[in-house]
Amino acid sequence: MSKLFPKSANKLPLQIIVYLVVLAGVVTAGATYYMTPKYTRVGYAPVQPVPYSHALHAGQLGIDCRYCHSNVEKSGVANLPTSQTCMNCHNQVKKDSPLLAVVRHSYETGEAVPWVKVHQTPDYVYFNHAIHVNRGVSCVECHGKINEMEVVTHAQPLSMGFCLDCHRNPAPRVREPGDVFNLDSATIAQKSGLEAAHKFLKDRNIKPPQSCSGCHR
Amino acid sequence: MRNVYLVTAFVVVLAVSILGFRGTPFTKPPIDVFPEWAFPGMKRQPKPYPQGASRFFADGRADRPLPPGVVSRDPLRNDYALYEGKAADGSWLRGFPSALTVDAKLMARGKERFTIYCAPCHGAVGDGNGITKQYGMGATPTYHDPRLRDMAEGEIFNTITHGKNNMLSYADKLLPEDRWAVILYVRALQRAQTGTVSDVPADHRKELGL
Repeated sequence: MSKLFPKSANKLPLQIIVYLVVLAGVVTAGATYYMTPKYTRVGYAPVQPVPYSHALHAGQLGIDCRYCHSNVEKSGVANLPTSQTCMNCHNQVKKDSPLLAVVRHSYETGEAVPWVKVHQTPDYVYFNHAIHVNRGVSCVECHGKINEMEVVTHAQPLSMGFCLDCHRNPAPRVREPGDVFNLDSATIAQKSGLEAAHKFLKDRNIKPPQSCSGCHR
Repeated sequence: MRNVYLVTAFVVVLAVSILGFRGTPFTKPPIDVFPEWAFPGMKRQPKPYPQGASRFFADGRADRPLPPGVVSRDPLRNDYALYEGKAADGSWLRGFPSALTVDAKLMARGKERFTIYCAPCHGAVGDGNGITKQYGMGATPTYHDPRLRDMAEGEIFNTITHGKNNMLSYADKLLPEDRWAVILYVRALQRAQTGTVSDVPADHRKELGL
């Protein structure tokens, strides 16, 4: 019988176990890296029906976010602008541009412009824009430097861990109310130190919920 | 055994070269780790969303336009000064509606709203030289001529509400109270253009180097 299994076969069970441990490590690393929104969503930059540039409108021209997303301070939803909002300027500026044909068609017929949604939380997450911007959370915290983007690109994972990072420790991320819509502004902590940020939170009684029902219902 | 490790390493390299790294821009719809077919009705629930799509309605949208003749359930808007800018006799209101308190708070609100919605075309000081002018916007009138100085507040309110010439309505962006706040700030801008040193309080003159 000694010929059937070579002597090296004695090590084989151990080698298989070692390999399985290595394999489990590789699979875990892969899943951790690839199976989260940090990989699946960050970088998503769909082709939009109109090549609207935030870098031009919000960055170069300095138009306030609220000019178009006009209900963001009043509503849970930061609305997309009506096509009339586009036509406020584009009934005169580049009014015959073929790139704006979709907007003109929408303005004349009332059909919606088929914008592609970039940032999308699951339906069981009830994110409220108004409550965040009115408490000093700037657009830039979740959306990145939109004012520098030619094409809107998903900048942050917007996963539950991402939300909780800030809900557990909001102090380094809050801004003065006047700075919320200025995406290049510094946070209170950067301007006047963490202590000032903690005071800001205390004065305004800002206590982000960490309970499930704070965001899920 | 060595071959097994080599194959594993090859598979890892292959997977990384196909999947790429985090944060690389891409245009295709994102991969769903928990796809809809495996967990139906969780992530995408069958309910209408603001500005969302709906397969139920013929025009494909979940937001419904108001049917003709619909009556608002909000409190009756019978304060014609506040909501229409008209005085009791039907002429344009001069001054501000009595329902509003004209104070520094209203002025601050007006400045903020003006900067967001008006300044891009009318300019920060209301001279009609907003940023859009450099990009082909037509002639935007300056606030600092006799016609607009003497215009009744109610008529300015009407212009913001319904638009005029090339300017479209801003009623969807500015609530009636905000429109009055903007008018108050416009009045301040007009006043500032004709201001003299005597208008500046004595204790503030130093700040202006006067």
